[in-house]
Amino acid sequence: MAERQTPDLTSLPMRAALARGLTTRRSVMTGALGIGATMALAACGSAGTKATSSGGASPTAKAAKDMSDTEKLVNWSNWPEYIDVAESGGGHPSLEEFTKKFGIKVNYTEDYNDNDEFYAKVRPLLAAGQDTGRDTWCSTDWMVARLIRQGYVQPFDLANIPNHGNVDSSLLNVEFDPGRKFSLPWQSGFAGIAYNPKATGGKKIETVDQLLTDPSLKGKVTLLTEMRDTVGLVMMAMGKDIAKFTDADFMSAIDEIKKAKEAGQIKGFTGNEYTKPLASGDTAACIAWTGDVVQLQADNPSLGYVLPETGCTLWSDNFVIPALAKHKKNAEILINYYYEPAVMAQVVDYVNYISPVQNTKEILTKSDPSVADNQLIFPSEATLSRAHVFRGLSEAEEAKYNQAFQSVVTG
Amino acid sequence: MSEALATGGPPARRARRNWVPYALLAPGLLWLIVFFAVPTLSLVSQSLQTGDVYNGYVLTWNVQTYVDALSTYWPQMVRSLVYAGLATVFTLLLGYPLAWFIAHRSGRFKNVLLVLVVAPFFTSFLIRTLAWQTILGNGGLLESTMSWLHLTWLLHGFESFLGLVNLGTGNQLLYTPFAVVSGLTYNFLPFMVLPLYANIERLDLRLVEAASDLYATPFHAFRRVIWPLSLPGVVAGTLLTFIPAAGDYINSVLLGSTQTVMIGQVIDSQFLRVLNYPLAAALSVVLMAVIIGLVMAYVRRAGTEELV
Repeated sequence: MAERQTPDLTSLPMRAALARGLTTRRSVMTGALGIGATMALAACGSAGTKATSSGGASPTAKAAKDMSDTEKLVNWSNWPEYIDVAESGGGHPSLEEFTKKFGIKVNYTEDYNDNDEFYAKVRPLLAAGQDTGRDTWCSTDWMVARLIRQGYVQPFDLANIPNHGNVDSSLLNVEFDPGRKFSLPWQSGFAGIAYNPKATGGKKIETVDQLLTDPSLKGKVTLLTEMRDTVGLVMMAMGKDIAKFTDADFMSAIDEIKKAKEAGQIKGFTGNEYTKPLASGDTAACIAWTGDVVQLQADNPSLGYVLPETGCTLWSDNFVIPALAKHKKNAEILINYYYEPAVMAQVVDYVNYISPVQNTKEILTKSDPSVADNQLIFPSEATLSRAHVFRGLSEAEEAKYNQAFQSVVTG
Repeated sequence: MSEALATGGPPARRARRNWVPYALLAPGLLWLIVFFAVPTLSLVSQSLQTGDVYNGYVLTWNVQTYVDALSTYWPQMVRSLVYAGLATVFTLLLGYPLAWFIAHRSGRFKNVLLVLVVAPFFTSFLIRTLAWQTILGNGGLLESTMSWLHLTWLLHGFESFLGLVNLGTGNQLLYTPFAVVSGLTYNFLPFMVLPLYANIERLDLRLVEAASDLYATPFHAFRRVIWPLSLPGVVAGTLLTFIPAAGDYINSVLLGSTQTVMIGQVIDSQFLRVLNYPLAAALSVVLMAVIIGLVMAYVRRAGTEELV
């Protein structure tokens, strides 16, 4: 287990490729490799699920015997390009300092490319009551909701995470995990509209309506495969509140997207492989995540990014500790470490997403003012007022909405 | 053969020898059972189950899934077969002369050329396909080459043509069916060239001489002598190209648009995102059945006993 492989981020060409968006956080390459793996799992998975019966009304995650004190290591799975990387290209400074400080080795694996794909990978193990080989990973809000619902994640021992008080108050009481017993945010971000002025002829693209209907963008628009971001933005543009919407609201948004798709307006639905075509101008405008665009703007300062006035979505990726994790305490020490404002500042300075930890801005104002002043990384109250969180869905709703959305994506 | 054995050596000796072929078969059989029979059975069984991921599945012989799968997703199924068919024809048109050239005209460069055919396989399938984004994309290699040759009008003409026949937006090559089929053709070309080469290389050129001695035109020599002799290579090559191309979806994801969705993308979305395992399984079974049906009809028509 100590030999787990991480992608080679040490070579300069690879890092340059990453920066150009050839491969980024929700990377298409690694993503598709993962899909291959899950296709292989399909065969085993179906046999496994036959044996699985319902865990009852409120299943609870089993804890394994904690080996933290004897085995000084922690296994952490995270999204690609989602942590600080040394200027020299060698490793992740914040992780190395952690190991130096606490004597705990971190097996940091960038094998979380997509929520659905990662879920398909670990679900058979969790359902069968087996160790996933991971002590913590970072899942998006709605996936955390699903993991909690199914009893696949363990509550934190907050005594090991004294810094949890540093979590930004706006992220403290979330619908899917009141009081943050099972999850703590790693990074947050918005989904808004990005456009390449070269491809739009200098025109600003600032509304969802433009994305879906402007004839000058025909065939040059991409939307996200993340249902909550794409449908969320469209619903808000239709004047609906994504914190409380009905079936009819959702389906009318789906109809809007379908209409645009059938008119040939929409080129595709993507993970974060939208970055390269956006930079080259093959995509004129798209729905995009903040951190990606901030990174792209470093090379292409002309790229535009707008949080639509009708509203944008706000999401977080959160630390969770899966059932039967062997090094739960070490994972908690790790999480506690990243909740030091100075450590989080170091990460945010590199990944350019929104920090979930208070007082990181003050630190960055001194060390890197351009990051501290960026509205997309440290949003003001006014910016935040545009951001909304998609409401939680029941199992039945999730199945129904996914089916409706995917029938547009692959229809 | 069995008669010869029966009348051959004494019975005791035969009994001792009989287990040997089975022992030799065992690893292969085991492999087939573990990696083919069991997964296929499990797939078929999954497609006939009802339930959901959270509460488990029960085998209910629910055939309705197949009806739903086919009635909803037949366009993507047909599209996949058409794209794969086109890609197969194009790889044959490109691959046949190439294989002929390597086999009979390349002299001492034969091995180098063969390595070059396989060389793209040293990089990942995904990277190779992503490279086509760069080639076909805005300001890409194709566009700059065409403008260097002062042929931009040709490129734009072709793009407008694609737009006119409703296969694109009229101002780009990337994200059209043309791009997807090009990607498939490129990615599966070696699967066509190698079997063709193996076949054509063994072809006795004196037969061609004999044909021309008998007053056959070059066309007739090809039509009556070369083509029939190379049929086993053609059949092997087309099968190796068509079958994976029909199930492929990377080319469509990376080079296509929402109008070029292939069946592999649907299966992926139903399995991973919607978590509708029975529907995904039913689509996979249908795809397998359709391909097997087409292949059987094709092999029977092509009538190549050498292959099977």
